[in-house]
Amino acid sequence: MSTLTTSTFGKSSRSSDGFTIVKAKHPGRWIAAGVLLALVALVLYSVFTNDRFGWPVVAYYFTDFSIARGLLITLELTVISMVIGMALGVILAVMRLSPNPVVRMAAAAYVYFFRGTPVLVQLLFWYNLAALYPTINLGILGLQFDANAVITPMFAAILGLGLNQGAYMSEIVRAGLLSVDSGQVEAAGALGINRFHTLRRIVLPQAMRVIIPPTGNETIGMLKTTSLVSVLAVPEVLYSAQVIYARTFDTIPLLIVASLWYIVVTTVLSIGQYYLERHFARGSQRELPPTPLQKIAYLFRVHDRRLPVSTKTDQENSR
Amino acid sequence: MTMQAEPAEAQAASGSNRMIWADAIHKSYGRNDVLKGIDLEVAAGEVVCLIGPSGSGKSTFLRCMNHLETVDDGIMWVAGRVVGYEMKGDRLHEQSYAQVCRSRTKIGMVFQHFNLFPHMTVLGNIMEAPTVALRQKKSVVRERAMRLLEQVGLAEKAQHYPRQLSGGQQQRVAIARALCMEPSLMLFDEPTSALDPELVGEVLKVMKDLARTGMTMVVVTHEMNFARDMADRVVFMDGGVIVEEGPAAELITNPRHPRTKEFLASVL
Repeated sequence: MSTLTTSTFGKSSRSSDGFTIVKAKHPGRWIAAGVLLALVALVLYSVFTNDRFGWPVVAYYFTDFSIARGLLITLELTVISMVIGMALGVILAVMRLSPNPVVRMAAAAYVYFFRGTPVLVQLLFWYNLAALYPTINLGILGLQFDANAVITPMFAAILGLGLNQGAYMSEIVRAGLLSVDSGQVEAAGALGINRFHTLRRIVLPQAMRVIIPPTGNETIGMLKTTSLVSVLAVPEVLYSAQVIYARTFDTIPLLIVASLWYIVVTTVLSIGQYYLERHFARGSQRELPPTPLQKIAYLFRVHDRRLPVSTKTDQENSR
Repeated sequence: MTMQAEPAEAQAASGSNRMIWADAIHKSYGRNDVLKGIDLEVAAGEVVCLIGPSGSGKSTFLRCMNHLETVDDGIMWVAGRVVGYEMKGDRLHEQSYAQVCRSRTKIGMVFQHFNLFPHMTVLGNIMEAPTVALRQKKSVVRERAMRLLEQVGLAEKAQHYPRQLSGGQQQRVAIARALCMEPSLMLFDEPTSALDPELVGEVLKVMKDLARTGMTMVVVTHEMNFARDMADRVVFMDGGVIVEEGPAAELITNPRHPRTKEFLASVL
Protein backbone atom coordinates (compact mmCIF):
# COMPACT_ATOMS: atom_id res chain seq x y z
CA MET A 1 0.00 0.00 0.00
CA SER A 2 1.42 3.37 -0.86
CA THR A 3 0.36 6.66 0.63
CA LEU A 4 1.14 10.22 -0.31
CA THR A 5 3.29 11.65 2.47
CA THR A 6 5.93 14.27 2.92
CA SER A 7 7.80 12.42 5.63
CA THR A 8 10.32 9.79 4.63
CA PHE A 9 11.17 8.54 8.08
CA GLY A 10 11.15 4.88 9.15
CA LYS A 11 11.00 1.93 6.78
CA SER A 12 9.31 3.82 4.03
CA SER A 13 11.07 5.39 1.11
CA ARG A 14 9.97 7.85 -1.50
CA SER A 15 9.56 6.66 -5.06
CA SER A 16 10.21 8.93 -8.03
CA ASP A 17 6.55 9.89 -8.47
CA GLY A 18 6.26 11.18 -4.92
CA PHE A 19 4.55 8.18 -3.36
CA THR A 20 6.00 6.66 -0.22
CA ILE A 21 6.36 2.88 -0.30
CA VAL A 22 5.60 1.23 3.03
CA LYS A 23 7.08 -2.26 3.16
CA ALA A 24 4.74 -5.12 4.14
CA LYS A 25 5.14 -6.37 7.71
CA HIS A 26 5.47 -10.08 8.29
CA PRO A 27 4.40 -10.80 11.87
CA GLY A 28 4.32 -14.57 11.23
CA ARG A 29 7.99 -14.62 10.28
CA TRP A 30 8.96 -12.74 13.41
CA ILE A 31 7.00 -15.14 15.62
CA ALA A 32 8.45 -18.25 13.94
CA ALA A 33 11.99 -16.90 14.19
CA GLY A 34 11.42 -15.94 17.84
CA VAL A 35 10.14 -19.38 18.81
CA LEU A 36 13.02 -21.15 17.08
CA LEU A 37 15.66 -18.89 18.58
CA ALA A 38 14.17 -19.46 22.03
CA LEU A 39 14.36 -23.23 21.52
CA VAL A 40 17.97 -23.01 20.31
CA ALA A 41 18.84 -20.91 23.35
CA LEU A 42 17.27 -23.50 25.64
CA VAL A 43 19.24 -26.34 24.03
CA LEU A 44 22.50 -24.39 24.15
CA TYR A 45 21.91 -23.49 27.77
CA SER A 46 21.39 -27.15 28.65
CA VAL A 47 24.42 -28.25 26.59
CA PHE A 48 26.74 -25.86 28.39
CA THR A 49 25.34 -26.20 31.90
CA ASN A 50 24.90 -29.98 32.04
CA ASP A 51 28.22 -31.23 33.43
CA ARG A 52 27.60 -34.70 32.09
CA PHE A 53 28.46 -33.54 28.59
CA GLY A 54 31.98 -33.44 29.98
CA TRP A 55 33.33 -30.72 27.68
CA PRO A 56 36.76 -30.70 29.36
CA VAL A 57 36.97 -34.46 28.69
CA VAL A 58 35.91 -33.88 25.08
CA ALA A 59 38.62 -31.25 24.68
CA TYR A 60 41.18 -33.56 26.27
CA TYR A 61 40.49 -36.54 23.99
CA PHE A 62 39.72 -34.56 20.82
CA THR A 63 43.39 -34.57 19.83
CA ASP A 64 44.29 -37.82 21.59
CA PHE A 65 46.81 -39.98 19.71
CA SER A 66 44.63 -43.08 19.43
CA ILE A 67 41.69 -40.95 18.22
CA ALA A 68 43.91 -39.35 15.58
CA ARG A 69 45.17 -42.78 14.51
CA GLY A 70 41.54 -43.97 14.38
CA LEU A 71 40.63 -40.99 12.23
CA LEU A 72 43.39 -41.91 9.78
CA ILE A 73 42.06 -45.46 9.52
CA THR A 74 38.53 -44.12 9.00
CA LEU A 75 39.79 -41.91 6.16
CA GLU A 76 41.82 -44.76 4.70
CA LEU A 77 38.80 -47.07 4.74
CA THR A 78 36.59 -44.38 3.18
CA VAL A 79 39.01 -43.63 0.36
CA ILE A 80 39.90 -47.23 -0.49
CA SER A 81 36.28 -48.43 -0.34
CA MET A 82 35.09 -45.56 -2.51
CA VAL A 83 37.85 -46.14 -5.08
CA ILE A 84 36.94 -49.83 -5.27
CA GLY A 85 33.26 -48.89 -5.35
CA MET A 86 33.69 -46.42 -8.21
CA ALA A 87 35.86 -48.74 -10.30
CA LEU A 88 33.39 -51.58 -9.79
CA GLY A 89 30.51 -49.19 -10.40
CA VAL A 90 31.83 -48.13 -13.81
CA ILE A 91 32.55 -51.75 -14.82
CA LEU A 92 29.13 -52.95 -13.65
CA ALA A 93 27.33 -50.02 -15.30
CA VAL A 94 29.02 -50.71 -18.63
CA MET A 95 28.18 -54.40 -18.22
CA ARG A 96 24.53 -53.48 -17.58
CA LEU A 97 24.46 -51.65 -20.92
CA SER A 98 26.20 -54.45 -22.82
CA PRO A 99 24.53 -56.02 -25.87
CA ASN A 100 25.44 -59.46 -24.42
CA PRO A 101 22.53 -60.70 -22.27
CA VAL A 102 24.76 -62.95 -20.10
CA VAL A 103 27.05 -60.05 -19.23
CA ARG A 104 24.00 -57.88 -18.53
CA MET A 105 22.46 -60.50 -16.24
CA ALA A 106 25.71 -61.06 -14.34
CA ALA A 107 25.92 -57.38 -13.49
CA ALA A 108 22.26 -57.29 -12.51
CA ALA A 109 22.72 -60.34 -10.26
CA TYR A 110 25.70 -58.71 -8.52
CA VAL A 111 23.70 -55.58 -7.80
CA TYR A 112 20.75 -57.71 -6.67
CA PHE A 113 22.77 -59.63 -4.07
CA PHE A 114 24.84 -56.79 -2.67
CA ARG A 115 21.95 -54.36 -2.52
CA GLY A 116 19.66 -56.99 -1.06
CA THR A 117 21.72 -57.75 2.06
CA PRO A 118 22.72 -55.38 4.89
CA VAL A 119 26.32 -54.24 4.69
CA LEU A 120 26.80 -55.23 8.35
CA VAL A 121 25.94 -58.82 7.47
CA GLN A 122 28.31 -58.69 4.50
CA LEU A 123 31.12 -57.42 6.74
CA LEU A 124 30.58 -60.31 9.18
CA PHE A 125 30.51 -62.73 6.26
CA TRP A 126 33.86 -61.57 4.88
CA TYR A 127 35.32 -61.54 8.37
CA ASN A 128 34.32 -65.19 8.80
CA LEU A 129 35.28 -66.28 5.31
CA ALA A 130 37.80 -68.76 6.75
CA ALA A 131 34.89 -70.77 8.14
CA LEU A 132 33.61 -71.20 4.59
CA TYR A 133 36.91 -71.54 2.69
CA PRO A 134 39.78 -72.41 5.08
CA THR A 135 42.26 -72.15 2.20
CA ILE A 136 41.97 -69.78 -0.72
CA ASN A 137 43.20 -71.58 -3.80
CA LEU A 138 43.97 -69.61 -6.93
CA GLY A 139 44.23 -72.80 -8.94
CA ILE A 140 45.39 -71.33 -12.24
CA LEU A 141 48.31 -69.49 -10.68
CA GLY A 142 49.12 -72.38 -8.36
CA LEU A 143 48.82 -70.04 -5.41
CA GLN A 144 47.34 -71.08 -2.10
CA PHE A 145 46.64 -68.92 0.93
CA ASP A 146 45.50 -69.54 4.47
CA ALA A 147 42.20 -67.67 4.65
CA ASN A 148 42.71 -66.80 8.32
CA ALA A 149 45.99 -65.09 7.52
CA VAL A 150 44.74 -63.25 4.41
CA ILE A 151 41.39 -62.02 5.72
CA THR A 152 42.57 -59.60 8.40
CA PRO A 153 39.86 -57.40 9.95
CA MET A 154 41.04 -54.50 7.79
CA PHE A 155 40.93 -56.61 4.61
CA ALA A 156 37.46 -57.90 5.48
CA ALA A 157 36.36 -54.30 6.09
CA ILE A 158 37.69 -53.10 2.74
CA LEU A 159 36.16 -56.07 0.89
CA GLY A 160 32.79 -55.63 2.57
CA LEU A 161 32.54 -51.87 2.14
CA GLY A 162 34.06 -51.73 -1.35
CA LEU A 163 32.09 -54.57 -2.93
CA ASN A 164 28.85 -53.28 -1.41
CA GLN A 165 29.58 -49.76 -2.61
CA GLY A 166 30.21 -51.06 -6.14
CA ALA A 167 26.58 -52.16 -6.37
CA TYR A 168 25.29 -48.71 -5.41
CA MET A 169 27.80 -46.86 -7.57
CA SER A 170 26.86 -48.93 -10.62
CA GLU A 171 23.33 -47.56 -10.50
CA ILE A 172 24.63 -44.01 -10.17
CA VAL A 173 27.07 -44.46 -13.05
CA ARG A 174 24.40 -46.10 -15.20
CA ALA A 175 22.08 -43.13 -14.67
CA GLY A 176 24.97 -40.87 -15.66
CA LEU A 177 25.75 -42.80 -18.83
CA LEU A 178 22.09 -42.81 -19.86
CA SER A 179 21.90 -39.04 -19.35
CA VAL A 180 24.36 -38.39 -22.19
CA ASP A 181 22.67 -37.56 -25.51
CA SER A 182 22.89 -40.46 -27.97
CA GLY A 183 24.00 -37.99 -30.64
CA GLN A 184 27.32 -37.78 -28.83
CA VAL A 185 28.01 -41.48 -29.30
CA GLU A 186 26.89 -41.21 -32.93
CA ALA A 187 29.17 -38.23 -33.60
CA ALA A 188 32.12 -40.03 -32.01
CA GLY A 189 31.35 -43.16 -34.04
CA ALA A 190 31.05 -41.18 -37.28
CA LEU A 191 34.51 -39.73 -36.56
CA GLY A 192 35.91 -43.25 -36.22
CA ILE A 193 36.52 -43.06 -32.46
CA ASN A 194 36.30 -46.59 -31.06
CA ARG A 195 34.04 -47.74 -28.21
CA PHE A 196 36.64 -47.51 -25.44
CA HIS A 197 37.73 -43.98 -26.30
CA THR A 198 34.12 -42.91 -26.83
CA LEU A 199 33.33 -44.05 -23.30
CA ARG A 200 36.46 -42.60 -21.71
CA ARG A 201 36.80 -39.31 -23.59
CA ILE A 202 33.25 -38.42 -24.67
CA VAL A 203 30.58 -40.14 -22.58
CA LEU A 204 32.07 -40.47 -19.08
CA PRO A 205 33.23 -36.83 -18.78
CA GLN A 206 29.71 -35.70 -19.65
CA ALA A 207 28.12 -38.29 -17.37
CA MET A 208 30.25 -36.98 -14.50
CA ARG A 209 27.95 -33.98 -14.09
CA VAL A 210 25.15 -36.39 -13.20
CA ILE A 211 27.38 -38.85 -11.35
CA ILE A 212 29.19 -36.50 -8.98
CA PRO A 213 26.42 -35.09 -6.76
CA PRO A 214 25.13 -38.53 -5.65
CA THR A 215 28.71 -39.82 -5.43
CA GLY A 216 29.58 -37.01 -3.03
CA ASN A 217 26.56 -38.08 -1.05
CA GLU A 218 27.76 -41.70 -1.12
CA THR A 219 31.25 -40.69 0.00
CA ILE A 220 29.84 -38.87 3.00
CA GLY A 221 27.60 -41.88 3.64
CA MET A 222 30.63 -44.17 3.38
CA LEU A 223 32.57 -42.06 5.89
CA LYS A 224 29.87 -42.80 8.42
CA THR A 225 29.27 -46.40 7.34
CA THR A 226 32.91 -47.17 8.18
CA SER A 227 31.84 -46.93 11.83
CA LEU A 228 30.13 -50.33 11.32
CA VAL A 229 33.60 -51.79 10.98
CA SER A 230 34.02 -51.29 14.74
CA VAL A 231 32.24 -54.66 15.13
CA LEU A 232 35.28 -56.29 13.44
CA ALA A 233 37.57 -54.56 15.98
CA VAL A 234 39.19 -52.43 13.28
CA PRO A 235 40.53 -49.46 15.29
CA GLU A 236 38.84 -46.65 13.38
CA VAL A 237 37.51 -43.51 15.09
CA LEU A 238 34.45 -45.03 16.76
CA TYR A 239 36.26 -48.17 17.92
CA SER A 240 39.13 -46.05 19.30
CA ALA A 241 36.61 -43.97 21.23
CA GLN A 242 34.93 -47.14 22.50
CA VAL A 243 38.26 -48.53 23.70
CA ILE A 244 38.87 -45.37 25.70
CA TYR A 245 35.43 -45.14 27.30
CA ALA A 246 35.47 -48.85 28.14
CA ARG A 247 38.41 -47.91 30.36
CA THR A 248 37.36 -44.47 31.67
CA PHE A 249 33.53 -44.74 31.50
CA ASP A 250 33.41 -41.29 29.78
CA THR A 251 30.94 -42.73 27.28
CA ILE A 252 29.12 -39.55 26.25
CA PRO A 253 32.17 -37.26 25.93
CA LEU A 254 33.98 -39.79 23.72
CA LEU A 255 30.96 -40.35 21.50
CA ILE A 256 30.90 -36.55 21.14
CA VAL A 257 34.60 -36.61 20.18
CA ALA A 258 33.90 -39.18 17.45
CA SER A 259 30.83 -37.25 16.23
CA LEU A 260 32.76 -33.97 16.05
CA TRP A 261 35.43 -35.60 13.89
CA TYR A 262 32.80 -37.05 11.56
CA ILE A 263 31.29 -33.57 11.19
CA VAL A 264 34.69 -32.00 10.50
CA VAL A 265 35.50 -34.49 7.73
CA THR A 266 31.99 -34.22 6.26
CA THR A 267 32.42 -30.46 6.04
CA VAL A 268 35.74 -30.82 4.22
CA LEU A 269 34.20 -33.37 1.82
CA SER A 270 31.24 -31.09 1.05
CA ILE A 271 33.58 -28.25 0.12
CA GLY A 272 35.60 -30.61 -2.08
CA GLN A 273 32.41 -31.77 -3.79
CA TYR A 274 31.46 -28.18 -4.64
CA TYR A 275 34.75 -27.57 -6.43
CA LEU A 276 34.57 -30.94 -8.21
CA GLU A 277 31.08 -30.15 -9.52
CA ARG A 278 32.33 -26.78 -10.66
CA HIS A 279 35.17 -28.46 -12.55
CA PHE A 280 32.85 -30.79 -14.45
CA ALA A 281 30.38 -27.99 -15.22
CA ARG A 282 32.82 -26.90 -17.95
CA GLY A 283 30.91 -26.30 -21.17
CA SER A 284 27.49 -26.99 -19.66
CA GLN A 285 27.02 -23.40 -18.59
CA ARG A 286 28.14 -20.25 -20.30
CA GLU A 287 29.83 -19.10 -17.11
CA LEU A 288 31.12 -21.24 -14.26
CA PRO A 289 29.35 -20.79 -10.93
CA PRO A 290 31.38 -18.63 -8.53
CA THR A 291 33.56 -20.18 -5.85
CA PRO A 292 32.53 -19.37 -2.25
CA LEU A 293 35.40 -16.88 -2.07
CA GLN A 294 34.21 -15.20 -5.26
CA LYS A 295 30.68 -15.13 -3.86
CA ILE A 296 31.94 -13.22 -0.82
CA ALA A 297 33.85 -10.88 -3.11
CA TYR A 298 30.72 -10.20 -5.21
CA LEU A 299 28.80 -9.49 -2.03
CA PHE A 300 31.21 -6.75 -1.11
CA ARG A 301 31.34 -5.39 -4.63
CA VAL A 302 27.58 -5.03 -4.75
CA HIS A 303 27.63 -3.26 -1.40
CA ASP A 304 30.33 -0.92 -2.62
CA ARG A 305 28.16 0.01 -5.55
CA ARG A 306 25.14 0.57 -3.40
CA LEU A 307 27.00 2.43 -0.71
CA PRO A 308 26.84 5.93 -2.22
CA VAL A 309 23.10 5.53 -2.83
CA SER A 310 22.34 4.49 0.72
CA THR A 311 24.47 7.24 2.25
CA LYS A 312 22.56 9.74 0.15
CA THR A 313 19.21 8.59 1.51
CA ASP A 314 20.70 8.54 5.00
CA GLN A 315 21.64 12.17 4.58
CA GLU A 316 18.18 12.96 3.32
CA ASN A 317 16.68 11.21 6.29
CA SER A 318 18.80 13.07 8.77
CA ARG A 319 17.87 16.38 7.27
CA MET B 1 20.00 -61.65 -46.34
CA THR B 2 20.39 -62.41 -49.98
CA MET B 3 23.47 -60.44 -50.77
CA GLN B 4 25.37 -61.77 -53.71
CA ALA B 5 28.17 -59.77 -55.17
CA GLU B 6 29.71 -60.88 -58.41
CA PRO B 7 33.47 -60.46 -58.37
CA ALA B 8 33.30 -58.66 -61.71
CA GLU B 9 31.05 -56.04 -60.25
CA ALA B 10 33.31 -55.69 -57.25
CA GLN B 11 36.21 -54.97 -59.52
CA ALA B 12 34.20 -52.45 -61.43
CA ALA B 13 33.36 -50.70 -58.20
CA SER B 14 36.95 -50.33 -57.12
CA GLY B 15 38.30 -49.64 -60.58
CA SER B 16 36.22 -46.66 -61.63
CA ASN B 17 36.21 -43.22 -60.04
CA ARG B 18 32.94 -44.12 -58.41
CA MET B 19 32.93 -42.91 -54.79
CA ILE B 20 29.55 -44.37 -53.84
CA TRP B 21 27.62 -47.16 -55.40
CA ALA B 22 24.36 -48.06 -53.71
CA ASP B 23 23.01 -51.29 -55.13
CA ALA B 24 19.36 -52.04 -54.36
CA ILE B 25 19.43 -50.82 -50.76
CA HIS B 26 16.56 -52.04 -48.59
CA LYS B 27 15.96 -51.04 -44.99
CA SER B 28 13.01 -51.46 -42.68
CA TYR B 29 12.20 -50.81 -39.05
CA GLY B 30 9.89 -53.64 -38.07
CA ARG B 31 7.09 -53.58 -40.61
CA ASN B 32 7.90 -50.06 -41.72
CA ASP B 33 9.84 -50.22 -45.01
CA VAL B 34 11.98 -47.10 -45.07
CA LEU B 35 14.12 -47.84 -48.11
CA LYS B 36 12.65 -49.96 -50.88
CA GLY B 37 15.52 -50.67 -53.22
CA ILE B 38 17.64 -47.61 -53.82
CA ASP B 39 20.22 -47.48 -56.60
CA LEU B 40 22.57 -44.55 -56.76
CA GLU B 41 26.04 -43.81 -58.03
CA VAL B 42 28.11 -40.84 -56.99
CA ALA B 43 31.35 -40.08 -58.78
CA ALA B 44 34.41 -38.78 -56.96
CA GLY B 45 34.28 -34.99 -56.79
CA GLU B 46 30.55 -34.89 -57.37
CA VAL B 47 28.10 -32.93 -55.20
CA VAL B 48 24.75 -34.68 -54.87
CA CYS B 49 21.76 -33.30 -52.99
CA LEU B 50 19.06 -35.60 -51.64
CA ILE B 51 15.72 -33.85 -51.38
CA GLY B 52 12.26 -35.02 -50.55
CA PRO B 53 9.48 -34.79 -47.95
CA SER B 54 10.25 -35.82 -44.37
CA GLY B 55 9.92 -39.56 -43.89
CA SER B 56 11.01 -40.24 -47.45
CA GLY B 57 14.06 -42.14 -46.19
CA LYS B 58 16.75 -39.73 -47.37
CA SER B 59 18.43 -39.38 -43.94
CA THR B 60 18.33 -43.14 -43.39
CA PHE B 61 19.88 -43.68 -46.83
CA LEU B 62 22.64 -41.19 -46.01
CA ARG B 63 23.31 -42.92 -42.68
CA CYS B 64 23.70 -46.25 -44.49
CA MET B 65 26.73 -44.77 -46.27
CA ASN B 66 28.84 -44.78 -43.09
CA HIS B 67 27.11 -47.72 -41.42
CA LEU B 68 25.30 -45.65 -38.76
CA GLU B 69 22.37 -47.68 -40.06
CA THR B 70 22.80 -51.26 -41.19
CA VAL B 71 21.48 -52.25 -44.59
CA ASP B 72 18.90 -55.07 -44.60
CA ASP B 73 19.35 -56.01 -48.22
CA GLY B 74 21.50 -54.75 -51.07
CA ILE B 75 25.10 -53.58 -51.00
CA MET B 76 26.56 -50.17 -50.27
CA TRP B 77 30.00 -49.54 -51.76
CA VAL B 78 32.08 -46.56 -50.68
CA ALA B 79 35.51 -45.94 -52.18
CA GLY B 80 35.54 -49.42 -53.68
CA ARG B 81 34.77 -51.27 -50.47
CA VAL B 82 31.59 -52.73 -49.07
CA VAL B 83 30.32 -50.67 -46.13
CA GLY B 84 30.20 -52.64 -42.88
CA TYR B 85 31.34 -55.94 -44.39
CA GLU B 86 34.55 -57.61 -45.43
CA MET B 87 34.34 -59.35 -48.78
CA LYS B 88 36.06 -62.72 -48.92
CA GLY B 89 35.28 -64.53 -52.14
CA ASP B 90 31.51 -64.58 -52.43
CA ARG B 91 30.99 -64.18 -48.69
CA LEU B 92 30.46 -60.98 -46.77
CA HIS B 93 31.80 -61.06 -43.22
CA GLU B 94 30.32 -58.52 -40.85
CA GLN B 95 33.02 -56.13 -39.65
CA SER B 96 33.89 -55.62 -36.00
CA TYR B 97 33.14 -52.19 -34.55
CA ALA B 98 36.85 -51.38 -34.64
CA GLN B 99 36.97 -52.14 -38.38
CA VAL B 100 33.84 -50.06 -38.98
CA CYS B 101 35.49 -47.19 -37.11
CA ARG B 102 38.59 -47.49 -39.26
CA SER B 103 36.63 -47.13 -42.49
CA ARG B 104 34.60 -44.26 -41.05
CA THR B 105 37.74 -42.17 -40.60
CA LYS B 106 37.62 -41.61 -44.39
CA ILE B 107 33.98 -40.43 -44.32
CA GLY B 108 33.13 -37.12 -42.66
CA MET B 109 29.63 -36.53 -41.36
CA VAL B 110 27.80 -33.37 -40.31
CA PHE B 111 24.62 -33.71 -38.25
CA GLN B 112 21.47 -31.66 -38.06
CA HIS B 113 22.06 -30.96 -34.37
CA PHE B 114 25.85 -30.45 -34.71
CA ASN B 115 26.61 -33.00 -31.93
CA LEU B 116 29.72 -31.13 -30.82
CA PHE B 117 31.29 -32.44 -27.62
CA PRO B 118 30.11 -29.84 -25.07
CA HIS B 119 32.85 -30.53 -22.51
CA MET B 120 35.65 -29.78 -24.97
CA THR B 121 36.73 -26.48 -26.45
CA VAL B 122 36.27 -25.83 -30.16
CA LEU B 123 39.90 -26.77 -30.77
CA GLY B 124 39.54 -29.85 -28.56
CA ASN B 125 36.49 -30.95 -30.57
CA ILE B 126 38.41 -30.73 -33.83
CA MET B 127 41.60 -32.35 -32.54
CA GLU B 128 39.96 -35.26 -30.72
CA ALA B 129 39.41 -37.76 -33.54
CA PRO B 130 42.66 -37.21 -35.47
CA THR B 131 44.73 -37.65 -32.29
CA VAL B 132 42.70 -40.53 -30.83
CA ALA B 133 41.48 -42.46 -33.88
CA LEU B 134 44.30 -41.71 -36.34
CA ARG B 135 46.99 -41.33 -33.64
CA GLN B 136 48.47 -38.32 -35.34
CA LYS B 137 50.82 -36.01 -33.48
CA LYS B 138 49.11 -33.24 -31.55
CA SER B 139 51.29 -30.48 -32.95
CA VAL B 140 50.52 -31.54 -36.53
CA VAL B 141 46.79 -31.83 -35.83
CA ARG B 142 46.66 -28.49 -34.03
CA GLU B 143 48.18 -26.72 -37.00
CA ARG B 144 45.68 -28.31 -39.37
CA ALA B 145 42.79 -27.60 -36.98
CA MET B 146 43.70 -23.91 -36.76
CA ARG B 147 43.96 -23.68 -40.54
CA LEU B 148 40.49 -25.23 -40.86
CA LEU B 149 39.08 -22.90 -38.22
CA GLU B 150 40.42 -20.00 -40.24
CA GLN B 151 38.76 -21.40 -43.35
CA VAL B 152 35.37 -21.48 -41.60
CA GLY B 153 36.06 -18.05 -40.09
CA LEU B 154 36.23 -19.06 -36.45
CA ALA B 155 39.94 -18.94 -35.61
CA GLU B 156 39.34 -16.56 -32.70
CA LYS B 157 36.83 -18.98 -31.14
CA ALA B 158 39.32 -21.85 -30.77
CA GLN B 159 39.31 -21.75 -26.97
CA HIS B 160 35.54 -21.25 -26.61
CA TYR B 161 33.15 -24.00 -25.56
CA PRO B 162 30.39 -24.98 -28.03
CA ARG B 163 27.64 -23.57 -25.82
CA GLN B 164 29.22 -20.14 -26.07
CA LEU B 165 28.70 -20.16 -29.86
CA SER B 166 25.65 -19.54 -32.04
CA GLY B 167 24.09 -22.43 -33.94
CA GLY B 168 25.68 -21.34 -37.20
CA GLN B 169 29.10 -21.11 -35.58
CA GLN B 170 28.65 -24.54 -33.99
CA GLN B 171 27.79 -26.09 -37.33
CA ARG B 172 30.85 -24.51 -38.93
CA VAL B 173 32.97 -26.02 -36.13
CA ALA B 174 31.29 -29.40 -36.81
CA ILE B 175 32.28 -29.13 -40.48
CA ALA B 176 35.87 -28.24 -39.53
CA ARG B 177 35.87 -31.20 -37.11
CA ALA B 178 34.86 -33.59 -39.90
CA LEU B 179 37.36 -32.08 -42.35
CA CYS B 180 40.25 -32.41 -39.91
CA MET B 181 40.10 -36.18 -40.49
CA GLU B 182 40.96 -35.43 -44.14
CA PRO B 183 38.02 -37.48 -45.46
CA SER B 184 37.49 -38.33 -49.11
CA LEU B 185 33.71 -38.10 -48.74
CA MET B 186 31.52 -35.72 -46.75
CA LEU B 187 27.96 -36.52 -45.69
CA PHE B 188 25.63 -33.72 -44.58
CA ASP B 189 22.41 -34.65 -42.77
CA GLU B 190 20.16 -31.56 -42.96
CA PRO B 191 23.00 -29.30 -41.80
CA THR B 192 20.92 -26.11 -41.73
CA SER B 193 17.55 -27.42 -40.54
CA ALA B 194 18.16 -26.64 -36.86
CA LEU B 195 19.41 -23.11 -37.53
CA ASP B 196 17.71 -19.75 -37.25
CA PRO B 197 17.05 -18.44 -40.79
CA GLU B 198 19.65 -15.66 -40.56
CA LEU B 199 22.37 -18.20 -39.66
CA VAL B 200 21.76 -20.55 -42.58
CA GLY B 201 23.80 -18.44 -45.00
CA GLU B 202 27.10 -18.67 -43.13
CA VAL B 203 26.93 -22.49 -43.05
CA LEU B 204 25.95 -22.74 -46.72
CA LYS B 205 28.87 -20.47 -47.63
CA VAL B 206 31.32 -22.85 -45.92
CA MET B 207 29.71 -25.77 -47.76
CA LYS B 208 29.95 -23.94 -51.08
CA ASP B 209 33.64 -23.24 -50.47
CA LEU B 210 34.10 -26.92 -49.73
CA ALA B 211 32.25 -27.98 -52.89
CA ARG B 212 34.57 -25.79 -54.98
CA THR B 213 37.62 -27.66 -53.62
CA GLY B 214 36.35 -30.79 -55.38
CA MET B 215 35.21 -32.65 -52.27
CA THR B 216 32.71 -35.44 -52.90
CA MET B 217 29.58 -34.40 -51.01
CA VAL B 218 26.20 -35.98 -50.37
CA VAL B 219 23.83 -33.47 -48.83
CA VAL B 220 20.37 -34.11 -47.43
CA THR B 221 18.80 -30.67 -47.50
CA HIS B 222 15.72 -28.53 -47.79
CA GLU B 223 17.73 -25.61 -49.16
CA MET B 224 16.62 -25.64 -52.79
CA ASN B 225 18.78 -22.63 -53.68
CA PHE B 226 21.88 -24.43 -52.46
CA ALA B 227 20.87 -27.56 -54.37
CA ARG B 228 20.27 -25.60 -57.58
CA ASP B 229 23.48 -23.56 -57.32
CA MET B 230 25.97 -26.07 -55.99
CA ALA B 231 24.81 -29.60 -56.70
CA ASP B 232 25.94 -31.46 -59.80
CA ARG B 233 22.95 -33.70 -59.39
CA VAL B 234 19.73 -33.64 -57.37
CA VAL B 235 17.96 -36.79 -56.27
CA PHE B 236 14.30 -36.58 -55.29
CA MET B 237 13.19 -39.33 -52.91
CA ASP B 238 9.69 -40.15 -51.74
CA GLY B 239 8.30 -43.17 -49.92
CA GLY B 240 11.63 -44.99 -49.78
CA VAL B 241 12.38 -44.88 -53.50
CA ILE B 242 14.15 -42.49 -55.85
CA VAL B 243 11.38 -40.82 -57.84
CA GLU B 244 13.52 -38.67 -60.06
CA GLU B 245 17.12 -37.62 -60.43
CA GLY B 246 18.98 -35.34 -62.75
CA PRO B 247 21.19 -32.28 -63.17
CA ALA B 248 20.38 -29.78 -60.42
CA ALA B 249 19.11 -26.84 -62.45
CA GLU B 250 17.03 -29.07 -64.68
CA LEU B 251 15.34 -31.08 -61.95
CA ILE B 252 14.49 -28.09 -59.78
CA THR B 253 13.35 -25.69 -62.49
CA ASN B 254 11.78 -28.28 -64.74
CA PRO B 255 10.72 -31.39 -62.83
CA ARG B 256 9.09 -34.16 -64.86
CA HIS B 257 7.43 -36.38 -62.28
CA PRO B 258 4.18 -35.02 -60.79
CA ARG B 259 5.28 -35.87 -57.24
CA THR B 260 8.50 -33.90 -57.71
CA LYS B 261 6.46 -30.98 -59.06
CA GLU B 262 4.12 -31.16 -56.09
CA PHE B 263 7.01 -31.24 -53.58
CA LEU B 264 8.93 -28.41 -55.22
CA ALA B 265 5.79 -26.29 -55.40
CA SER B 266 5.33 -26.71 -51.67
CA VAL B 267 8.89 -25.77 -50.67
CA LEU B 268 9.86 -23.11 -53.21
